[in-house]
Amino acid sequence: MYGLGILRGMGVVFKHFVNSYVDDLRWLGRRYYNPEALKVRQGPRGQGVFTVLYPEEKLTTPEEFRYIPFLLYEEKPGGVQEDRCTSCGICAKVCPPQCIWIERTNDPKTGRPIPAPKEFYIDIDICMNCGLCVEYCPFDAIKMDHDFEIASYDRTSAHIWNKAKLSKPVSYYASIRPTNYAREEAVRAEKEAKKAAKKE
Amino acid sequence: MTIAPAATEVNLETQFPGAVTADTRKNYSGYLVTPDKLVEVAQTLRDQAGYVYLSSATAVDYLEEGKLEMVYHLYRMEGGPALMLKAQTPRDNAVLPSLVSVFPGADFQEREAWDLYGIHFTGHPNLKRILMWEGFAGHPMRKDWKEAYFEEAGKPFEKRWPEGHVYRAEQNNPFGHNVAYPEGFTVEGWTPEADKALYAGMEKIAETDDSLKTDQIVVNLGPQHPSTHGVFRMVVTLDGETIVDLKPVMGYLHRNHEKIGERNTYIMNMPFTDRLDYISSMSNNMGYAITVEKLMGIKPPERAEYIRVMMAELTRITNHLWAIGFLLNDLGAFFTPALYAIEERELILDIFEATAGSRMMCNYLRFGGVARDLPAGMLELARELVFERLPRKIDELDAYLTENEIIRSRCIGVGVLTAEEAIAYSMAGPVLRASGVPYDVRRAEPYSIYDRLDFNVAVRYNGDVYDRYLIRIDEIRESLKILEQVIRDMPGGEIQTGKPQYQVRVPAGEAYGRVENPKGELGYYVVSNGKPNPYRYHIRAPSFINLTALGKMCQGHKVADVVVILGSIDIVLGETDR
Repeated sequence: MYGLGILRGMGVVFKHFVNSYVDDLRWLGRRYYNPEALKVRQGPRGQGVFTVLYPEEKLTTPEEFRYIPFLLYEEKPGGVQEDRCTSCGICAKVCPPQCIWIERTNDPKTGRPIPAPKEFYIDIDICMNCGLCVEYCPFDAIKMDHDFEIASYDRTSAHIWNKAKLSKPVSYYASIRPTNYAREEAVRAEKEAKKAAKKE
Repeated sequence: MTIAPAATEVNLETQFPGAVTADTRKNYSGYLVTPDKLVEVAQTLRDQAGYVYLSSATAVDYLEEGKLEMVYHLYRMEGGPALMLKAQTPRDNAVLPSLVSVFPGADFQEREAWDLYGIHFTGHPNLKRILMWEGFAGHPMRKDWKEAYFEEAGKPFEKRWPEGHVYRAEQNNPFGHNVAYPEGFTVEGWTPEADKALYAGMEKIAETDDSLKTDQIVVNLGPQHPSTHGVFRMVVTLDGETIVDLKPVMGYLHRNHEKIGERNTYIMNMPFTDRLDYISSMSNNMGYAITVEKLMGIKPPERAEYIRVMMAELTRITNHLWAIGFLLNDLGAFFTPALYAIEERELILDIFEATAGSRMMCNYLRFGGVARDLPAGMLELARELVFERLPRKIDELDAYLTENEIIRSRCIGVGVLTAEEAIAYSMAGPVLRASGVPYDVRRAEPYSIYDRLDFNVAVRYNGDVYDRYLIRIDEIRESLKILEQVIRDMPGGEIQTGKPQYQVRVPAGEAYGRVENPKGELGYYVVSNGKPNPYRYHIRAPSFINLTALGKMCQGHKVADVVVILGSIDIVLGETDR
């Protein structure tokens, strides 16, 4: 019969409409602003209204989520910050849009390079968040961040990040990427043990 | 109807003595044809040998030899490898015969070669620039052409390390200093010559008979019209509300992706491929990875192949959901169907985000494998989606839309493309298959592990908008079938052949790799000269080539149908304009 297809279609819409109330009832008023509910709502069993009430509600970023890179430093006793970066330049060489700029430190006496960066810049307007710098860093010194709320008012003054702005402690890295951190630490420990065994 | 006559092998070298020679350069294949015999050879191949489908036509600039080379990839509709034809012409007087008379699908591709390389095609009906604007100085893909912000011929740039004193590119070349205007030029008083010529060419004198005299008018649809899915412009000649003629105008999003690709090193191109068809970045990665792997002579391990296919098929589902949703938007069903479809897409993007790190710009594949393994719990999430949720939701979408009388009356019989036309215009993907041509690269020339997966090539026979909608539903169902097998059989083991390297060694030679992207056949033609940067990096973009037949499909329909027909081709401007 003519119009049956439209009616069936309207039936689907009506089902969605009713379902959104059913799902509200199921959570008894705790459907919103509730991390537990958000997880279910956004998962494969989610029903009803699919939207997230940003910024009051925020989706948790998965561990592999990548945004602008940052540099890692070790927190040594006495408040000393030790950069992991050796300014080998691999990240600058692999960067597709060439947004990483590294200035190597030279020994003031001999003039020979010291494996530590004097300055490290990332032009975040140009960075395409591909994560290749992180993948090919042999020292685990550069990692992708999770902080995506970096909008600013002035592009010309605020969008070239220097070493001070880019540096974050290893503990921060461990907090946002626990699995990766644990795996890398295990590899490190193994290497250290091998080195120690060789010395003996 | 026979799509292709019984294919007989043609020995080109004996049939055209002196005019056709095998390409004997190291790691090159195909035949070199002298320009004067090119059309004849193409005609013979099409009519006698069954090579009816011109997949890709592109140019390469061999600067040192002073030659430009056109490379044509011809295929048979029953499957099998390509037959490559090449024709060379001197750089300073580049003239080649046009193949449009044999393969109408060469139209846009030859215009692109004229635009970017400056090869003049004699006999081309409309040889104008297509991606750059008329009046642009030079041909940007030539090896000796330099862009406004030119720094060095190849990355990585010297200035980044170890003396990296940061500056922004625009500080070196501020806007205004790199633009030259002719004497007496004002923006307000300027009418683009090319547009004037375009409009003049489209104004047709109304046929005079005794009935009411009506004028035909030329109207612009786009480039900022929401129905064009981006910045795409259609100039139409209207008789009342009926389309008499339609010419697509594109290039508004052109960034010379291929030139950037030639400045990049091989691995750097991977994240750039994401930005071609940004709805389906995983499959773009796959095409590029496969091509470079062909050149390098490596194969990814079993697990990586399975992960790749899983990602590619999930991508196909997301793309088709998107295409169906927005086709309904184009029909006027404002956003309800689109958002129902996007909801499922979002759930698939969650898998991409957790695995690759980004929802759309995935950058996940590497040469000889994938970037990282699936995180814990991801296979379970994919299993729940593929086995539980998606089949149910696709059925719901089907029940919601397929029998709807408005959709049927708006779509059935609109924008018809016959099988012969679809092949002649080099259409690809769902548009080709909806016209009754069961051609799918996954079956015609299987790559990765598709040869051992059980699935059907979806095909529909009417070639109208409705069949292009139906075929996408069919393909989602076939993709789910593939996913069920892949998830069930996912093997363990390594995900990368050899050690990950930031600069891969690619031996000199050429390779053409193609994959069945959701929008059609995506091909990469890569030429290496052994250096860290690819010598030539060309993309056969399905969105771009599928537009060749747009004018043909729209003739005789109403303005509102143009929007729907464009929606049914499913273009993405990131790929069309490159």
